[in-house]
Amino acid sequence: MTETLPALVQRATELSRDWRLSSVRAWKQRTGALAIGYLPVYVPREVFHAQGVLPVGLTGAGDDLEIIKGDAFYQSYICHLPRSTIELGLNGSLDCLDGIVFPATCDVIRNLSGVWRMQFPSKMSRYLDVPQDFDRAMGGVFYRHELEDIAREIHERGGRKLEAEALRASIRVYNENRTLVRELLTLRREAPWKLPTAELYVVLRAGLVLPVEEHSAMLRRYRDLAQADAERRPRDQARVVLTGSFCEQPPLGLIKTLERAGCYIVDDDFVPVLHWLRGDVCTEGDPLANLVTAFLEDSIDSPVRYCGDGTKGQELVQRVDESKAEGVLFCAPSFCDPALLDQPMAQAALDGRAIPWTSFKYSENTGQFHVIREQAGTFADSIKLWSEA
Amino acid sequence: MSVSTKNPPLAATAKDDSQVRQKQMIAAHYARLARASESGEKNVYTFVPGNLTELLRSFDLLPVLPEINALQSGMRGKSAEYIALAEKLGHSEDVCTYVKCDIGMLKSGNVGPTGERLPSPDLLLLSYTGCFTFMKWFELLKQEYQCPVVMLHVPYQAEGRITDSMRAYVTAQIRQKLIPALEQVAGRKYDEDRLKECLARSAQAEEDLVWVLQSAKNRPSPIDAWFGAVYYVGPIFSAFRGTPEAVEYYRALRVEIQERLTKKLGPVTPDGMMTEEKYRLVIEGPPNWTSFREFWRMFAEEGAVAVASTYTKVGGMYDFGFRHDPERPLETMAEYCMGCYTNLDLSTRVGILTRYMQEYEADGLLVNSVKSCNSFSAGQLAMLREVESRTGRPVGFIESDLVDPRYFSASNIKNRLESFLQMIAQKRGGAA
Ligand code: SF4
Ligand code: SF4
Repeated sequence: MTETLPALVQRATELSRDWRLSSVRAWKQRTGALAIGYLPVYVPREVFHAQGVLPVGLTGAGDDLEIIKGDAFYQSYICHLPRSTIELGLNGSLDCLDGIVFPATCDVIRNLSGVWRMQFPSKMSRYLDVPQDFDRAMGGVFYRHELEDIAREIHERGGRKLEAEALRASIRVYNENRTLVRELLTLRREAPWKLPTAELYVVLRAGLVLPVEEHSAMLRRYRDLAQADAERRPRDQARVVLTGSFCEQPPLGLIKTLERAGCYIVDDDFVPVLHWLRGDVCTEGDPLANLVTAFLEDSIDSPVRYCGDGTKGQELVQRVDESKAEGVLFCAPSFCDPALLDQPMAQAALDGRAIPWTSFKYSENTGQFHVIREQAGTFADSIKLWSEA
Repeated sequence: MSVSTKNPPLAATAKDDSQVRQKQMIAAHYARLARASESGEKNVYTFVPGNLTELLRSFDLLPVLPEINALQSGMRGKSAEYIALAEKLGHSEDVCTYVKCDIGMLKSGNVGPTGERLPSPDLLLLSYTGCFTFMKWFELLKQEYQCPVVMLHVPYQAEGRITDSMRAYVTAQIRQKLIPALEQVAGRKYDEDRLKECLARSAQAEEDLVWVLQSAKNRPSPIDAWFGAVYYVGPIFSAFRGTPEAVEYYRALRVEIQERLTKKLGPVTPDGMMTEEKYRLVIEGPPNWTSFREFWRMFAEEGAVAVASTYTKVGGMYDFGFRHDPERPLETMAEYCMGCYTNLDLSTRVGILTRYMQEYEADGLLVNSVKSCNSFSAGQLAMLREVESRTGRPVGFIESDLVDPRYFSASNIKNRLESFLQMIAQKRGGAA
């Protein structure tokens, strides 16, 4: 029996909330292969895949888990993600992982790599330093070395040796996935009533735990079903870009609240690993070099990526233009330095173009949304009034 | 804890020669900066961890350290208004207060610690060492100034060591990006011999600094290695490493401390000399600057002295043997950057703290966790427990902030400090 749209969305929702990683456990049982977790915001999953490893994206525990031990590891003024990650480690939810890679996203994730290593010394725990110098001869050489080193360690732990042909094949598989993600993001821009963000979000997020081939199949099916659903009609909602939620993810209830408050989210920062690289990675020649070059030269703009030419915020303005948005929601996790330090620059760029914005903060386990609903509702109303005037 | 256990009134003190000397050096430096527009001298804004002062000095460029300006603003009681201004301008209450203090100062006319206006930067040298916020800080400043910015990405020592790839990466950036940018700003060619001279002077000063810091292994310790040592590391962490003045300063400081050691004197505190050393502490984390003297007094009154601290290693980790090596000028600078304390992984940090506890015969470890700084604070609680289990000695935890007075609660800190010291006393009693 073919899966219906509600059933598909239900399956994606379950996968996106599956902090016990039952799908990963099942996969491991089936294949006997390794599964390695990674923290936000970006790792080159192609390398893992080419070594026969399932890359598993970790983004905390959302609002489903009571934090008991994790709070003893982190002060109140540190974001929520590391405490829920530690909680998951301590309650055994992540036992099925053969290791975790901590990319150089921020000081919290950087230091979490150290806490993790002290707490779970027998597991593979790798810090992936990503270059902030984007010159091929400097940052490129360094980054390649980092990737080779990780691949070597994965091989030592039982993964396949990284071979060029396998990596090329993996790049192709991920290119296909990225193409589908881009297609869905474009469709949402064009018709956000067909692909509501609360739905698209879980469908994309399922890609953190599913094997990429299965995720691509899910994306294809979702695309077809959502487009074919004649019940989905446009409503009078304000088109907004949501930014700041690239790491710790907001609870699903918050996204639904924003949509119910009168916003069409036509662009966002959620689960950036899926679309960190803007285009396809080249499949000719040296595949590792191609992955390196794609990271250096084709990454999206992000608060965690250095921008030294004074053009901060310009890409956000461009996203507003391209998505025909009428305003921006700054929606960042509390105490998230990268997102919050970036905001004044982005806001200045928006002000320069008289693009309206509003801002609020959340934590992955925020449970009360009425203040945000009020704020987003007022914002959406003011945008609509403005456009009518 | 009863009042009778407090230290007796502390003996009076006069200003040490080294302190006078340091004051003069700082005053002269800021005066030079204030005159820069007339004199034509160029300046470079950069950060304390991973500062390449020798290289800048070899080009006759004057370093400006925004973190030092922020902490000075904190000590001068200006930070609250600067932070308030930055928050009014849209900066979040959640982020590092050094950044907001600096932005507030800039928006209030960029008047430095000596009351004179600081020049705008001719170059922003973003030495991205051990702290993510540095990147955002200079991206923010880049919006304010029409000057070039150089990113020097310093990889993190995640595995507790410097690999060839890391060294090559940093060295290549210094050679191929930074030096050409400095040549452009300074209008002169890179002079390696001059750089080597500076580096040789750095090594000399580093030798004396280490001697001073390690003098705390004695009983009583002649220094306070946290409150007191923030002054000692001042010149070497800021604009003076590699200069003849720094060499002289550290030589004079060493002579002074040697004298204290010979006379078996304790450290000088805000109220004079500490007469009885009751508790020897290792301290992890930066101090608070807005109530610095009050904070120090809380320790001094209890006879608690810091014998080693990690904050005094953020601008360079010298006590385990690293010295700038003039024979390998670029590589040594790369290694220096990568070796700064906050660029070290947590296991290495725990190893350092454990070593300090043992080598300095400390009674306990105290963490001052500052709200501003994820680079220090994230993971400190796990480190604390690890050190406790490795050493079996008491650990304590207090919270404050660097320059935001809203997060300094004197009563809270005092209570926690007193219970921590009580714990040490009890442990001693139990062991007796
Ligand atoms: S939410 Fe922000 S501060 Fe927290 S781990 Fe993620 S990027 Fe770092
Ligand atoms: S986060 Fe910490 S290291 Fe970074 S600028 Fe702020 S106080 Fe300094």
